[in-house]
Amino acid sequence: MSNSQNSPQDRVLHPIFAVTVTRVREFIRQPEAVFWVYVFPLLMIFVLGLAFRSQGPAPLEIDLVDSAGAEQVKQWLAADSDVTWKEVSGEESRRRLRTGQSLLAVKLQDTAAGRIEYLFAPDRPEARALRNEIDQRLQLAAGRSDTLTTTDQHVQESGGRYIDFLVPGLIGMGLMGGGLWGVGFAIVDLRIRKLLKRFLATPMRPADFLAGIMISRMLFMVPEILLMFVFSWLLFGVSIHGSWLLLTGLVLLGAVQFSGIGLLVASRCKTLEAASGLMNLVMLPMWTLCGIFFSWKKFPEVLHPLIQLLPLTPLIDSLRGVVNDGAGIDELWPQVLLIVGWALTSFVIALSIFRWRDN
Amino acid sequence: MLESKVAAVNDDWAIEVEALVKTYAGNPPVEAVRGIDLKIGRGECFGVLGPNGAGKTTTIEILEGILNATSGIVKIFGMEWGRDDRKLREHIGVSLQETELSEKLTVHETLTLFRSFYSSGISVAEAIARVGLQDKANVWVKKLSGGQKQRLAVATAIVGDPQLIFLDEPTTGLDPVSRRQLWEIIRGFTDSGRTVLLTTHYMDEAERLCDRIAIIDAGRVIAEDTPSNLIRSLGPQQRIEVTWEGTWMESERGEVSRIPGAESVIHSSQGLTLCVDEPHRVLPELMSLLTRSQVALSNIATRHATLEDVFVNLTGRHLLESDESGWGAKR
Repeated sequence: MSNSQNSPQDRVLHPIFAVTVTRVREFIRQPEAVFWVYVFPLLMIFVLGLAFRSQGPAPLEIDLVDSAGAEQVKQWLAADSDVTWKEVSGEESRRRLRTGQSLLAVKLQDTAAGRIEYLFAPDRPEARALRNEIDQRLQLAAGRSDTLTTTDQHVQESGGRYIDFLVPGLIGMGLMGGGLWGVGFAIVDLRIRKLLKRFLATPMRPADFLAGIMISRMLFMVPEILLMFVFSWLLFGVSIHGSWLLLTGLVLLGAVQFSGIGLLVASRCKTLEAASGLMNLVMLPMWTLCGIFFSWKKFPEVLHPLIQLLPLTPLIDSLRGVVNDGAGIDELWPQVLLIVGWALTSFVIALSIFRWRDN
Repeated sequence: MLESKVAAVNDDWAIEVEALVKTYAGNPPVEAVRGIDLKIGRGECFGVLGPNGAGKTTTIEILEGILNATSGIVKIFGMEWGRDDRKLREHIGVSLQETELSEKLTVHETLTLFRSFYSSGISVAEAIARVGLQDKANVWVKKLSGGQKQRLAVATAIVGDPQLIFLDEPTTGLDPVSRRQLWEIIRGFTDSGRTVLLTTHYMDEAERLCDRIAIIDAGRVIAEDTPSNLIRSLGPQQRIEVTWEGTWMESERGEVSRIPGAESVIHSSQGLTLCVDEPHRVLPELMSLLTRSQVALSNIATRHATLEDVFVNLTGRHLLESDESGWGAKR
């Protein structure tokens, strides 16, 4: 009982480091946690990226109604490789229009008079566009000359596709989930197992403990976010237009913000049910409102000021700004300020109401 | 390191408690502790004994500094909670009731974490050796038996090399072998001059392990002394227990108390207990009485008085009966 020396191979760790290492060990020994944090977001990117991938300009498909002038129309359109047609009878063309199998039927009654008839549904914008496009082509082929000189420039950079929009949204979502589960749920779990109370009975400094929890959360997050970027770059060519440094800063800030909110959610909960309920209450509105999958601007304008105040909105908006538009801090400072505000507020409130013990 | 810890501690008593009260808010409020006074010397193994709900855990958690008292004074090595917390925590070790240590950490990893919180202490390997878990050092907590988990909990309490450890029901629910292993560990600790405060509802545990005990019931100390003094205070030191099947006439029960040497008789529905000093003088009379009455005897036994008898004497209840009598639910 007298030996109080530490054997050299048994080094005493700094408490922050010890808590961090412990959290990391517990995390990687839970396969389900690893799945939700690392695999699930990649599956989301894969599935949604595949479903909404852009396939280049689609060919213009029309029905060509069997008539005296059909051959002439074919000649006029022959030069345009992006137009395909299907020859159908007048009756068949009506049936196909009615059932939505075609958008436009073209009929040249009389070659000499050049009377063309278009059949389409005028309330469908894509049908009207197709009618105008085909009309344009036929008119030009038949010899019309334009008075204005026009040139077309096709803009097709990455950044404008759905997948480019989606990836920053999913990263914001990952940061939110990670903060709430990785910090909030973890702390409630420790409280329920009376470990928080047990730690309190040691000389552990609460600040060291919280720092360890935060650092471990940051450690789980780095591979999570890196994987998401690399995966979407390899698979869909999503690239980052703005500064890497700013992006890193935003990701860290977002993680800190949601760790603070996680801590706030966990500060008083005594049961896992209460914690899950509260976390869903916090997360559900943000999942739908803050523009993860589609722009929050689609919601009625009266809601916009409210949506912009939610913690996830400025994070996703600024991530999108950097990733898709190459925006700098000069444009994004209002969002950054809001995130910092949320982080500070949640930490201050959480620490002042945090329940370490029961009474 | 050890010397600095001892030097920093300079009060005669390890623990002093005066007029300790704890009332839990509620409707109605629960008076868990109703005025407890205790003085526990350095190097003592002190037992707090009582039925479930008597206020043992509330008391020990206030002493551990993880629960606030409603009123009263608590001094640990002359220091007070709220003033010297960090210093105090360096000097005490704690094993709570019902702590679930992380299942997916090994024994060694768990103790490494706890060791990191103390500025000085014993090595993790030594803590493991003291509780005899060397074979399990690299095994996940999930794979430990109940007794091994409890030994690990004690190891977390001693890894900071404390002067005082608190053990809240360290052996509850354990098999006899595991209990004895834990007793050995606790004895090893007191043998080195450290102080132990433990709660238990096992009388035999308190009797064998503790230098002094306080019996508490319904939030008050109803007796406090060494186990042998408490038992001696009962008067006659021997007990003859008789149990039978069926009924026995009240008049015949009365005859038992008239046997010379039977100082007192405690009746229960299916038997009675005689308090005697010299069983060999009482037994022949008792035997002939039993034979005459032709009762269907199911058991007769003699034994030395125990702390259980002290409790029965003080409260009129058995400790285990009290478990079901609804003395306040656990918090």
